[in-house]
Amino acid sequence: MTPPQRRRRKPKQEQPPPPAVEGPQAGAGDRPPERLYILTGEDCERAPIDLVTLIVARADPPHSAAPEQSALLRICQAPLSVAEISAYLNLPISVVTVLLTELLTAELVQARAPVVRQARADRSLLEAVMHGLQKL
Amino acid sequence: MDFKNSDTITGPRTEDHLPGTAQAAVKIVIVGGFGVGKTTMVGSVSEIKPLTTEETMTQAGIGVDDNFGSKSKTATTVAMDFGRISVTDELVLYLFGTPGQERFWFLWNGLFEGALGAVVLIDTRRLEVSFDVMGRLEERGVPFVVAVNDFPDAPRYAVEELRQALDLAEEIPIIRCDVRRRASSRDVLMTLMRFLHSLTMTGAST
Repeated sequence: MTPPQRRRRKPKQEQPPPPAVEGPQAGAGDRPPERLYILTGEDCERAPIDLVTLIVARADPPHSAAPEQSALLRICQAPLSVAEISAYLNLPISVVTVLLTELLTAELVQARAPVVRQARADRSLLEAVMHGLQKL
Repeated sequence: MDFKNSDTITGPRTEDHLPGTAQAAVKIVIVGGFGVGKTTMVGSVSEIKPLTTEETMTQAGIGVDDNFGSKSKTATTVAMDFGRISVTDELVLYLFGTPGQERFWFLWNGLFEGALGAVVLIDTRRLEVSFDVMGRLEERGVPFVVAVNDFPDAPRYAVEELRQALDLAEEIPIIRCDVRRRASSRDVLMTLMRFLHSLTMTGAST
């Protein structure tokens, strides 16, 4: 029996810029979905937040905080990734991102940026991951 | 949208808390067709019960799904399962298993950007469902390894036969696995990490 045949592709010349470091002007192809403005307030700018940015609360929720913000601050007493926050709050990533942008601006949370793959991956980082996997 | 009363949000269990020393996270993406075992793989190595995150996609022009007769705009909720492995007290690894709707994988804002690399999980009964995602990873310069989830009734091809069929470069590892087993899933991840490590040694840019 012969398996179906694929053809390899070449890297594209223009790489879409990573939206995580691009700030509010993410490329059109990476455009986030329609916003739920009710949660976002006036400022719709996106903070440089990745799925695996770790978030830690810096303060208790102020009385003025929206329920979503209070819940977010409450579950982030220990560091949590943006993806985990989305899962626990049952909110889409784009909504969590907007909530976090507001909380970062208000200095109610701290964001610990992810380690991203660079042109030359950090060998010691890879070795640390391998070491961790070996312990599994 | 329904937002549960904030008092009913329980958040992570105490034993699922990351240490306060956790400083940074890295991610690996597991891709493959529907039912190939992505979520099983995430679950077999994750230290937490796999969680689900979702995003609502609204895209004009690519309306393959014909919602209510309108082809101009489609909104689709795409869910993704993920798990976590604490590598050290400072470093956390996240594993994302992307859903079966191939055309949405790359709409995830930043899913592949910054990922260390990817695992393409394949089922030899439906080899061709992974062709497109491999091509897209190649186009984006995301390094990947190929893991063959061995289903009992699936055709067994020799690795070299698979390499030829998948048109994979000599250096791209192909590994057989049983994703239900933690050790086997871990071996797949180790294979990816060794491959990424070898890329830093040869000075390749990706």
